[in-house]
Amino acid sequence: MNEQHRCLAEANPFTPHPARIVRSYHLTKDVKFFQVRFVDMEEALRFNYKPGQFAMISILGTGEAPFCISSTPSRPGLLEFCIRKVGTVTNALFEMKENSFIGLRGPYGNGFPVEEMRGKDILIIEGGMGVAPLRSVLLYSLDNRDQFGRVAVLYGSKRPSEMIFSEEYFALKDRSDLECHLAVDADDTGKWTENIGVVTTLFRHLRKVDPENTYALVCGPPVMYKFVIKELIKLNIPKDQILMTLERRMKCGVGKCGHCAIDYIYTCLDGPVFNYWDVLHMRELI
Amino acid sequence: MRILKLQKKDLFPFLKVISREAELWAPVVKRGGPPAETLRDPHWASLAKREKFSFERIQDFSRISMDAVRTIIPPKKIMVPSLFNMFDFTEQGYKEDLSHVTDRILFGIHPCDIHGLLILDKLFTQAYLDPYYLEPRKKTLILGLSCLPDPYCFCKSTHTDIIEEGYDLFFTDLESYFLVWIGSSRGDDLIRLAPDFFDDKLTEKDIQTYIKWQENRDSAFKTTINFTRMPDLMELNYKAPFWEEVGAACLACGSCTMVCPDCNCYNVVDKLFLGNKPGKRLRHWDSCTLPEYSQVAGGENFREHKSQRLKLWYTHKLQAYVSKYGKPSCVGCGRCLVTCPVQINVKSVADALEGHPVDAFWKKFAQEVSK
Repeated sequence: MNEQHRCLAEANPFTPHPARIVRSYHLTKDVKFFQVRFVDMEEALRFNYKPGQFAMISILGTGEAPFCISSTPSRPGLLEFCIRKVGTVTNALFEMKENSFIGLRGPYGNGFPVEEMRGKDILIIEGGMGVAPLRSVLLYSLDNRDQFGRVAVLYGSKRPSEMIFSEEYFALKDRSDLECHLAVDADDTGKWTENIGVVTTLFRHLRKVDPENTYALVCGPPVMYKFVIKELIKLNIPKDQILMTLERRMKCGVGKCGHCAIDYIYTCLDGPVFNYWDVLHMRELI
Repeated sequence: MRILKLQKKDLFPFLKVISREAELWAPVVKRGGPPAETLRDPHWASLAKREKFSFERIQDFSRISMDAVRTIIPPKKIMVPSLFNMFDFTEQGYKEDLSHVTDRILFGIHPCDIHGLLILDKLFTQAYLDPYYLEPRKKTLILGLSCLPDPYCFCKSTHTDIIEEGYDLFFTDLESYFLVWIGSSRGDDLIRLAPDFFDDKLTEKDIQTYIKWQENRDSAFKTTINFTRMPDLMELNYKAPFWEEVGAACLACGSCTMVCPDCNCYNVVDKLFLGNKPGKRLRHWDSCTLPEYSQVAGGENFREHKSQRLKLWYTHKLQAYVSKYGKPSCVGCGRCLVTCPVQINVKSVADALEGHPVDAFWKKFAQEVSK
């Protein structure tokens, strides 16, 4: 009985693993891009994730918070995050210099069902910070372009200065193998050459979709979902092919702390990606 | 299953022998709380008159209380303390701290609380294993003890009044002696430390005494709840006005969640210390009834109102677990019935869900306010 043996072979799932900020720069005034790598190269390459999954980032002495991964598993080694300065952890993160130490654990959550989506058309509708999780699946589909059908992106920002990854998205407009429509709610620069209006106004530019064969991926501010989903239902896209990724308070990422509970599910285990039927079924999702 | 007899006078000597192997914890009387005569409300005055109990480390065996119906805080506090350190951290990284883990023997735990632990086991092992719960859990021997219900117990309704697994030894109290059920190999090891105390010859009379004890206990329950109906009733009552009533009366104090054997929610905070000491990542109990429970960075709060947060609690207890595991996440211990200052508890909410008249402070409060 006094045997001091450890009864679990598994590693402690809460241990943050040593990582460093490789590179960071501002995308907009309050949004920053972070490139991060595990200190241990083998661990960096072993970190196998799916687009839409998230990781827990620890800042020494400040705390830990969940962040969706903005990079694609098709480019292993470095992890990328797109982070807005909103709370204690992000405030500390914004102050950190390149090569600073952080703790990292994950990947967590279900991610997008990329296996199921193979061979299908992909329609991405995103607003504001919604690009953070959807950039992963977008880059993934572009890196594996021949595995997917049509790829179309509708992206809305408040103002040109708040458009995240603007260079990347303008570059996409030059590609012939995807459709990319950009909009701002209001142009305060006088130099905006794309559409003006909320993201739903971009639907009229979209070429005809084949609904049964389309997966629609939606992420943006809470107010956006209602209007975007209405458009997607009008296009006859099946409810279980309308996917969205949600945000909740999380303290563990592994289904223990309880904060992200909704009905009988945990956002960290059963989400953060849900389909529209889930949303109708579990009333408190959005 | 082996069942032995232990004479009452031999219980403490036996506990003394086995307590050399590990820390012994058992219920003791807990003093304090408001004196009954200062309470005007008859419900609270009657509760204040009752003795309160707490699981504590035992060094003086005379302190062990054999008739503790329920402790204030359930034994979850031994598996996951209300506050403990997960990691020491320095600039080199995070170092796991499991120093709260020691070998323990927990005596006097009733069937409802053993079921409570079995439910927590499911949660803390789903998808990922939580070492901070599982290490103490595996190092704690469970010595169950039978009990007789008080008016607030409803474990018969949750089918947690009997226990078939989850204990190492179980003591059924038959007046002058115990029937001791050996539930595990480790329980058997304990018996082997002092085999002379035990007698394996059970007579027909012992069996009859046991049956009588069981019948006596089964007829003693005063509170019943029909749990099979609850998932449907939760769904049908999603927009029922009484949620606003409980929300208005709720003090958002978190007591119901602290005393619930199956509330597991926790929060994590990092603390720094003066001097050249490592920082600590502390984990402490949290409550879904507290205002910031579902609030995310930037201020968005998914459950701003108390009624929304209470609905989450009751969804979890009465509905969600039933659809996931086939039984409620409630073991009928009655702690929420004797703890919530405004009587928001599984019984009064179940009554409201059923459309029965509700005799609870929150209902009276709602009627007063609407006047």
